[in-house]
Amino acid sequence: MDGSNWNYSDKVKEHFFHPKNILEIDEKEYNADGVGFVGSPACGDMMKIFIKVKDDKIADLKWQTFGCASAIGSTSMLSVMVTENGGMSLDDAWKLTPEMIINKLGGLPPNKIHCSVLGDKALREAIKDHYKRTGQEDRIPKDSKSRVICECLNITEDDIRMEVLEGVKDFKTLQERTKLGTMCGKCVDTAKTLVDFYVGRYYTEEIYSGKEEEK
Amino acid sequence: MIYLDNSATTPIHPEVKKTIIDALDLFGNPSSMHTTGREVRAILEKSRKDIADFLNCESSEIIFTAGASEANNTVLKSATNCCAFCENNRGHIITSNIEHPSVLNTVSCLGKKNVDISHIKVNKLGIIDPADVEAAIRPDTMMISIMYINNEIGTIQPIKEIAEIARKHNVPMHTDAVQAVGKIPIDLQKLPVDFLSMSGHKIYAPKGIGILFKRKNAKNICPLIVGGHQENSMRAGTENTLGIIALGEAIRQCKIEMLENKERITALRNKLEQGILSKLDKVRINGDPNKRVYNISNLSFTNIEGESILLRLDMHGIMVSTGSACSTGSLEPSYVITSLDVDPEIAHSSIRFSLGRETTEEDIDKTIEAVVETITFLRKISPIK
Repeated sequence: MDGSNWNYSDKVKEHFFHPKNILEIDEKEYNADGVGFVGSPACGDMMKIFIKVKDDKIADLKWQTFGCASAIGSTSMLSVMVTENGGMSLDDAWKLTPEMIINKLGGLPPNKIHCSVLGDKALREAIKDHYKRTGQEDRIPKDSKSRVICECLNITEDDIRMEVLEGVKDFKTLQERTKLGTMCGKCVDTAKTLVDFYVGRYYTEEIYSGKEEEK
Repeated sequence: MIYLDNSATTPIHPEVKKTIIDALDLFGNPSSMHTTGREVRAILEKSRKDIADFLNCESSEIIFTAGASEANNTVLKSATNCCAFCENNRGHIITSNIEHPSVLNTVSCLGKKNVDISHIKVNKLGIIDPADVEAAIRPDTMMISIMYINNEIGTIQPIKEIAEIARKHNVPMHTDAVQAVGKIPIDLQKLPVDFLSMSGHKIYAPKGIGILFKRKNAKNICPLIVGGHQENSMRAGTENTLGIIALGEAIRQCKIEMLENKERITALRNKLEQGILSKLDKVRINGDPNKRVYNISNLSFTNIEGESILLRLDMHGIMVSTGSACSTGSLEPSYVITSLDVDPEIAHSSIRFSLGRETTEEDIDKTIEAVVETITFLRKISPIK
């Protein structure tokens, strides 16, 4: 075990030891306007997010997790980001990325980044749930415009990027998980380049700051 | 600080520390013929003799190495033929699915070179059935390598029975005894293994020293490190004199303390488990409770993740380890816990407490309190109820 794994920033520690906005009451009692649940215990992390919506903004957010320090720390940070200053609009909240959260946290050790990607996923699920409950299905964005790399299996560049964020570090593992390039095989070279590119982006520094992608 | 990670490594015993300090000026090369060299040689051989006595074998059967990983590599890489570098490596090796990585990764290297590997599966309690080992033996089986005590769950394997089976079939037998030496009595006149590995830093000696026991009449092995004639030409390189002297002292201390430690630590481990189990529900003991080494308690706390537990206990000044994937940065949780035929989440929520000679009753009381607080908090924030 590499000692540098434990190089958590003070912000991460603060949010891990004193997480904000945890749902402590019964789910029914909270009466959320949208609920998102992602992950699986087999992978070692699960995230459940509950939102309350007012004037198309996130009026309140509560969460629960089965996860490690990075998962707890980053979701706690996310909960603060979307509820501060009167609450984030649903459109902005939808666009929240792990990089923005990681940046706010002052970075994460590279091999812990994959633990931090569930929060924003769960948030989008919760928003989606809210749209469905309120008859606003049309607001659910269609599949992203990310370019398709593996045409046989319809796997996009963004899918590859997310796989890397979740811990994939080489093409072989990517292929085992997604089956990309196992049909006609013509995307293999492009996919290899993309894996290397994203591994380089997320895992080369001791602490990934998330800064490059902040907009 | 409450250190409950003694299966990872141990603090240096105060007597060992003294011995090292006294030996710091003994700089001679034990291979030198002159007085300065000879006096170091004498202390080295005294260490070897004391270790041999402790294990009830001959001094000439002890090869000093940099640790158990090196000892495991040395034995296994020469198991199938002359050495790992041989082009004509062939044959079959039997091992288990819960071995230390220094065994599993070494055999997997051999597996890429025309060597067949059988991984004997443990039962749900983490114990190997000797009959499974016997059934796996083939005419071309070159080595059986089964660990004595598992480092994560502490299960004690029926090594004597397995070694007897190996002998009956004339197959060389190796055991990685890192977690066993100094904890349970090992008598190499009664335990018919041909090779045994151990490491100093698990028994209050420093890191970087270990031994490979090679029985006199065991099959020849090829040294992993070739060069000079040190260690009977089995391990080249000027000896780690301070390490060997320290290991000798650590073994002498084991001899004195082993029984007393066993009694005291058993009581503390049981107190820890009873304390936790009586105050928390949905806690699972991993590994056969009746066939476990006395200093290890491996518990799974359902519905919460190990790294979170570990770091919150760390905040309380309590040092433990976990089988959760998040602790290693990999995507897979501990293969030892998953080998118990449990869901992966049991592995993700596992914590190993490993006690040592310095553990006190007060440490255990504080640990129980901190564990209960930590688990209660983390379960409160868990979406799985």
